[in-house]
Amino acid sequence: MFAIKYILKFIAAFGKYLDLMGRTFSVPERMRMFMKQYVKEMSQLGVDSIGIVLLISFFIGAVICIQIKLNIQSPWMPNFTTGYTTREIMVLEFSSSIMCLILAGKVGSNIASEIGTMRVTQQIDALEIMGVNSASFLILPKVLGLMTMIPFLVIFSIVSGFLGAYATAYAGIITPDDLTVGLLHSFVPWFVWMSIIKSVAFAFIIASVSSYYGYNVTGGSFDVGKASTNAVVSSSMLILFADIFLTQLLS
Amino acid sequence: MIEIKHLYKTFEDGKTVLKDINFTFEDGKTNLIIGQSGSGKTVLMKNLVGLFDPTRGEILYDGRDFVKMTKQERVMLRREMGMIFQSAALFDSMTVLENVMFPLDMFSDMNEADRIKRAKFCLDRVNLKGAEQKMPGEISGGMQKRVAIARAIALNPKYLYCDEPNSGLDPKTSLVIDELIHSITQEYNMTTIMNTHDMNSVMGIGEHILYIHEGTVGWTGTKDEIMTSTNEKLNSFIFASDLFRKVKEANRE
Ligand SMILES: Nc1ncnc2c1ncn2[C@@H]1O[C@H](COP(=O)(O)OP(=O)(O)OP(=O)(O)O)[C@@H](O)[C@H]1O
Ligand SMILES: [Mg+2]
Repeated sequence: MFAIKYILKFIAAFGKYLDLMGRTFSVPERMRMFMKQYVKEMSQLGVDSIGIVLLISFFIGAVICIQIKLNIQSPWMPNFTTGYTTREIMVLEFSSSIMCLILAGKVGSNIASEIGTMRVTQQIDALEIMGVNSASFLILPKVLGLMTMIPFLVIFSIVSGFLGAYATAYAGIITPDDLTVGLLHSFVPWFVWMSIIKSVAFAFIIASVSSYYGYNVTGGSFDVGKASTNAVVSSSMLILFADIFLTQLLS
Repeated sequence: MIEIKHLYKTFEDGKTVLKDINFTFEDGKTNLIIGQSGSGKTVLMKNLVGLFDPTRGEILYDGRDFVKMTKQERVMLRREMGMIFQSAALFDSMTVLENVMFPLDMFSDMNEADRIKRAKFCLDRVNLKGAEQKMPGEISGGMQKRVAIARAIALNPKYLYCDEPNSGLDPKTSLVIDELIHSITQEYNMTTIMNTHDMNSVMGIGEHILYIHEGTVGWTGTKDEIMTSTNEKLNSFIFASDLFRKVKEANRE
């Protein structure tokens, strides 16, 4: 009984989500205003996330390299093992999926609380009264802005991870030459593309799901907080499911 | 002119908030909706502008039924509406000037210089010269309300809605806001509809009043008629305050 109720609730929410997306993806009323919002969102959601992406990727790249060198690499394995494994982990999973999970926390809560606050302070009503399609005006620039910026964040994350790995070389854990050989060993460019494609899908999930939660807030600041938590949890779960699906599809 | 005929509103939770409301809001006048807190003033206004759909009844804008309009027709009509919310509802990521320019940016074909000029004119009209570059969070509640008025009149609307524009303001600032709304209404011959439970507003600018009592029409008339009305419900609401009771008694003598 409980399960059925839960499923029905989910279907209803999904229908509402689709309806909101239908309103979101309509041609902007004023291209000039859309472009202004779009650039603003690219900066707010993308550029402002570069710092955290670089920082986390740098340390994860370093730690992966140390772990593999000290705990997995053994004399009968080729010297390039550490560099090769570090690259594959960064490119295949960390820089797309895990980084998007981190961004779901940062960007998702930001989007949900911003739109949620606009809802409870009647700013969205004010837009509607003016005859503005509030869904399209607020959500479309966020979704497209994040989807535009995410490939850059993926590349930055990969590069920063490699730099982290080289940093361990300077700490004497691995020789830079071994690392370079490993990083270049049987490199498949498609993996980078795969990572980028996945991350674009995740960006859509983060921005649209968080907007959905923010847009449908009713009540006050307490509910905005709840919506922002729900946004992060739901978009993280959806990213994990989508990751399995997309990895199968693209490999 | 906005006519409402047999308007009912029942929410999903089964609560009927509005019951058989009939009233005509007149052009070029400040029409007031008064009533106790929770009587349904905001719900009625939200029905008028389409934020809620009525359960039953008609809302005629110059004879055209708003309820039956297509989405596109509604959007077109909404561009002739301006609204001032109870909380001002300014866009808090934009400066004061950008807020007032927003409707112009979205819907007018003026060039940028003209849009700025028009926005500054509106700000000037509400006596807010010099606050253009401030953020909404940096100005007082009374100033926020005035910015909201400037934004609402930027596109020269035919219909102006004000949901308790002077809630949370001191009596003197309230008076300024009331006078402003009233004079703008006359200047541009707008149909203004204002929700209030502030007796000072009622006595000051109440040209055409709808009193809502528990979701029904309790009384209609003008501010002068209030003084002589024998309607019990109205009297118990208006003269709940000692001051006004004394005024009325003095009037009678
Ligand atoms: N979305 C809603 N769903 C269910 N009931 C609602 C909804 N909005 C308002 N109501 C109910 O309608 C009634 C009238 O509310 P309304 O906000 O119109 O009062 P009001 O006259 O504007 O009061 P105030 O002067 O305090 O602003 C209240 O009892 C409220 O609980
Ligand atoms: Mg109200």
